[in-house]
Amino acid sequence: MSAPTLDTLSGGGTDRLTRRGFRVMGRGIARQKVMFTWAALASLLFGVMTVADAWVLGWATDHVITPSVTAGAVTWSTLWAGVGLFVLAAVLRTLGVVGRRLLGGVVFFRLVRDDRLRVTRRYLQLPLRWHHRHPAGQLLSNANADVEATWSVFMPLPMALGTIAMLVAAIATMVLADPVLTVVGLVVIPLLFVANAVYQRWQGPRIALAQSLRGDVSTVAHESFDGALVVKSLGREADETARFRAASERLRDAAIGIGRIRAVFDPVIEALPNLAVLAVLLLGAWRVQDGAADAGDVVQVAYLFTVIGMQIRSFGWVLGELPRAVVGWERVSRVIDEDDAMDYGDADVPGTGPVDLEVAELDYSHPDEPDTAVLNDIAFTVPAGTVTAVVGATGSGKSTLTSLVTRLVDPDAGAVLVGGTDARRLSQRALTRAVALVPQSTFLFDDTVRANVVLDLDVPDERVWEVLRIVQADRFVAALPAGLDTELGERGTSLSGGQRQRLALARALVRDPRVLVMDDATSALDPEVEQRILRALADRDGSPTTIVVAYRKATIALADEVVFLADGRVAERGTDAELRERSAAYRNLVDAYDQAREEVDHE
Amino acid sequence: MSDSAPREGGISVLVRGMRRNPEITEGIGLTLVLALISTAGGSLVPIVVRAALDDGFATGDVDTALVTRYVVIAALLMVAIAATGYLSKVRIFTASERGLANLRVAAFRHVHDLSMLTQNTQRRGSLVSRVTSDVDQISQFLQFTGIMMIISIGQMVVATIVMAFLSWQLTLVVLISFVPLALSLRWLAGAMSRAYDRVRASVGEMLAVIAEPVVGAAVVRSYGIEDRTQHRVDEAVGANYRNNIRAQTITAGAFSAAILVGGIANAAVLAVGVWLGVVGEMSVGTIVAFVFLVGLFTGPAQMATQVISEAQNAISSWRRVLDLLDTPADVVDPGPDGQRLPEGDLDARFDHVSFAYPDGPTVLDDVDVTIQARQRVAVVGETGSGKTTFAKLLTRLMDPAAGHVVLGGVDIAQVPFDDLRRHVLMVPQEGFLFDATLGENLRYGSRTATDADLVRAVERLGLADWFAALPRGLDTRVGQRGESLSAGERQLVALVRSALADPAFLVLDEATSAVDPQTELRATRALDRLLEGRTSVTIAHRLSTAENADRVLVFDQGRLVEDGHHRDLVKADGVYARLHASWVAQATLA
Repeated sequence: MSAPTLDTLSGGGTDRLTRRGFRVMGRGIARQKVMFTWAALASLLFGVMTVADAWVLGWATDHVITPSVTAGAVTWSTLWAGVGLFVLAAVLRTLGVVGRRLLGGVVFFRLVRDDRLRVTRRYLQLPLRWHHRHPAGQLLSNANADVEATWSVFMPLPMALGTIAMLVAAIATMVLADPVLTVVGLVVIPLLFVANAVYQRWQGPRIALAQSLRGDVSTVAHESFDGALVVKSLGREADETARFRAASERLRDAAIGIGRIRAVFDPVIEALPNLAVLAVLLLGAWRVQDGAADAGDVVQVAYLFTVIGMQIRSFGWVLGELPRAVVGWERVSRVIDEDDAMDYGDADVPGTGPVDLEVAELDYSHPDEPDTAVLNDIAFTVPAGTVTAVVGATGSGKSTLTSLVTRLVDPDAGAVLVGGTDARRLSQRALTRAVALVPQSTFLFDDTVRANVVLDLDVPDERVWEVLRIVQADRFVAALPAGLDTELGERGTSLSGGQRQRLALARALVRDPRVLVMDDATSALDPEVEQRILRALADRDGSPTTIVVAYRKATIALADEVVFLADGRVAERGTDAELRERSAAYRNLVDAYDQAREEVDHE
Repeated sequence: MSDSAPREGGISVLVRGMRRNPEITEGIGLTLVLALISTAGGSLVPIVVRAALDDGFATGDVDTALVTRYVVIAALLMVAIAATGYLSKVRIFTASERGLANLRVAAFRHVHDLSMLTQNTQRRGSLVSRVTSDVDQISQFLQFTGIMMIISIGQMVVATIVMAFLSWQLTLVVLISFVPLALSLRWLAGAMSRAYDRVRASVGEMLAVIAEPVVGAAVVRSYGIEDRTQHRVDEAVGANYRNNIRAQTITAGAFSAAILVGGIANAAVLAVGVWLGVVGEMSVGTIVAFVFLVGLFTGPAQMATQVISEAQNAISSWRRVLDLLDTPADVVDPGPDGQRLPEGDLDARFDHVSFAYPDGPTVLDDVDVTIQARQRVAVVGETGSGKTTFAKLLTRLMDPAAGHVVLGGVDIAQVPFDDLRRHVLMVPQEGFLFDATLGENLRYGSRTATDADLVRAVERLGLADWFAALPRGLDTRVGQRGESLSAGERQLVALVRSALADPAFLVLDEATSAVDPQTELRATRALDRLLEGRTSVTIAHRLSTAENADRVLVFDQGRLVEDGHHRDLVKADGVYARLHASWVAQATLA
């Protein structure tokens, strides 16, 4: 793992990035027009009312406080007007800030929610060949972190818009109060902008670096704890700690670097408005002496600076989110704009019970490497109700063949016929009801045992138990805390590899498939258990037409016919006994376990 | 956050945490002084405004020289205050990051000493959070939330002192205005914490459900359950959205309440101030200064709810990390004072050993057996028979509840870890590899091995042809968890790694999953060479392994029920004979 540095993360093109970021913002605004408008209006109300608050103070100084104190008598009407104005301004500001935060939040969370749904819908529509080209981790982060990164800019955005309104109003009231005092504003406000922008530009890449180093720390911890048994048995604890320490210290140094920059900018950004107040007082003294301004004007302008400092920071936050927004948007759009799709026909598989499965002159190559054929001219038929074993060395194309016969992918040439009908002409419903696949790696849903077996079928519990008995899962399921209702997964019970495989088998069997395809689906089971299950399967009446990818001799022995794949072609076909006699390669492959045993015996 | 047991208070967690990592509090006195001075900048403004208004602007005749003097002094003070702000922040960041990096590393090291790590694989994820997100939370707290708390409190204290100097009556007015808000803070912070707990929980559920169309793509497609899956995603994403909006509502409410209160305080200051000005000595400058000072209360009050809620989370995180560190390592390293194992061949003796998990059933019951040096032993039995526990006790991944495990005449509990690991090696079922090159992975067996040593070890195990076929030799990257290699190849790497470690005693957990027969053949040969001249105990899943062993130990329901050679055990017509018969039945199908 090479640790990222500041140089690898900061790059040029910041201006272009900012422009693209603004385009992403535009899209979000267009999507949430109404809600965003309300949020912006609320923020505007807050901004303008904040300026009004300062104006009230200035007005009260000149019309309530000074006259009353100097005259020694209260002018009740103006006093109540002042009190009323302060309260009114506060109520309106409160409304503004509630609206800004709440509606701004609604805009953000809606954008995130909608894109999450959009992305996951694409995942469900895009064909498996597309899924195979994209690592799961990447797709998960597209739907989660990337979607959030795209729209995070909408959190500070309403506040930034309100700040613009506030600044316009502030400068307007300054001009009205005294044009000369306005000069302070015209100097300090741009300075605050510049300070915030420089801060973001310095800090942005450093924050990205720290984020990535934080990821490294987490990766090392995950890996080290996952491999704990190796670490412990080889006595590598100290070495692992050194590795973790190195990652932690890189993160520490990056975090301290961020801290140093914050330490410079925070006091500067805080001090600027305060220094502006002093400048206003100084200039104001001259202006009041010249009779060009009242004390109230000076107070009002000075007070304005104490409230706008914090607000201007929101522009920095918006700028800070833009790079993430651009990257997030690009990743998310790559999924949403993908238009790959699998078309289904409208034919049905006639009749009931097992059907013939015919594989006719299949050719297939991976989309990424169209020149190397994975499968070449594959042809065989599995008569209804019989079992065919597919045998071959690693990389001979066995798993690809199971994807083709279940139509998870389509061949480049040739066809798969289910009960005489080209699989491409079948409706999706007809296909999935007729053909069931038990894939090599078991996937369980974060749901109950029952839901994991029946999925979307409406099946009585007796039938579920019946199937669980066939796959020898009835005993362990009955022993689970809530039986069929036991929650599995992250926050539920976790099962062993063999138990998971049994549930995956039950999931296929409960649907009474007419064709059953098992891709090395019993690898985690004890050979004994595997035998019992496969026998129970074969001994039933109306058992499905079965294709099984197998390594174990005993599994192969259950098959009516064996298809021996080598280098993507059917090297041999026939019964196990026939192939054993005809093909030395087949013999070598299937006998490898026994060979290993004999060699040990003879030493 | 929902545990009902009486919990250690927040302050005591902080004290405990800072005691454990004194680096965090190094120079804290000066840092705090600097931080407090840096909060004075805000209060300085109202003081100058008041002074300028009352002394300088009085009655039209403006004393510009006086105002200039005030402004220059104040400006110089502000620059100095900004400098203290810089210093205090640098000190806080440096001290807390140093301390937390050490805390992180200490917790990481400690996790490796806990047998929980190897016993309970489900808890691994939460152990990872202890050294990642929990520490990040503490860091956020120390550098932002905690500092904001100190600054806010400091700012409010300074403002209160300044106010009290100017007018005790108006000070009361301001404080009374903020009392209701202050009283509701705890409740608001609690509501906010609960709301964010719900958000976090719903994020977890959402992530799990979103994984279904991705990780389970093949199942979803081949069973045509797109609608069901979409429905589940819609539900989870919708629930997460609603929880977020609810939390956002509370945040917005808590945030804005302070603005309303600030406005009311301003109005009250105006009314009471003017009345005091008329009947008493209150000056124009003082009244205006109070409005500025109210602003110093509103800011902190806006953030208070959020700050308190974040502080509670950070303290919970800190408590979790500290509790982890305080969990005693259940298998203790006797260290350099221990007794070293004799060099050369090793035998092993189980002296009436029993094992049970705390509050759990007995897993191993009074096992008494001796394994001679250089003996090749196979351990068989069904899942739950106790055979894996037997192996773990032999490598001291756990300690027995009763009895002793004795290696080469030394009680295993007396042997220093580094010595034990040098002599006894456990080879796990799955060949777990680290995301590095093949060479680096092999060096896990021996730090000092040269490239030539690695290649020699590969050749000695008869894997030269396999190695030659690797495109980049020792520089081949194995990927995460070694997933660029096949399961069989990972096992090969694990075997070479073990050969490099060169232990006298090997404990193996045989792989159950079927791999490519050719690789299987290679592995079997390599394993055979590895075991040559060593004492070995193999948890056998294949009875062929048992057939070839010098001796077979058969476990059933936690007891050692049979012990002997394969030949004799088959004749004995017991548990082993039954296991064997089913295997034979399977083999003859071929």
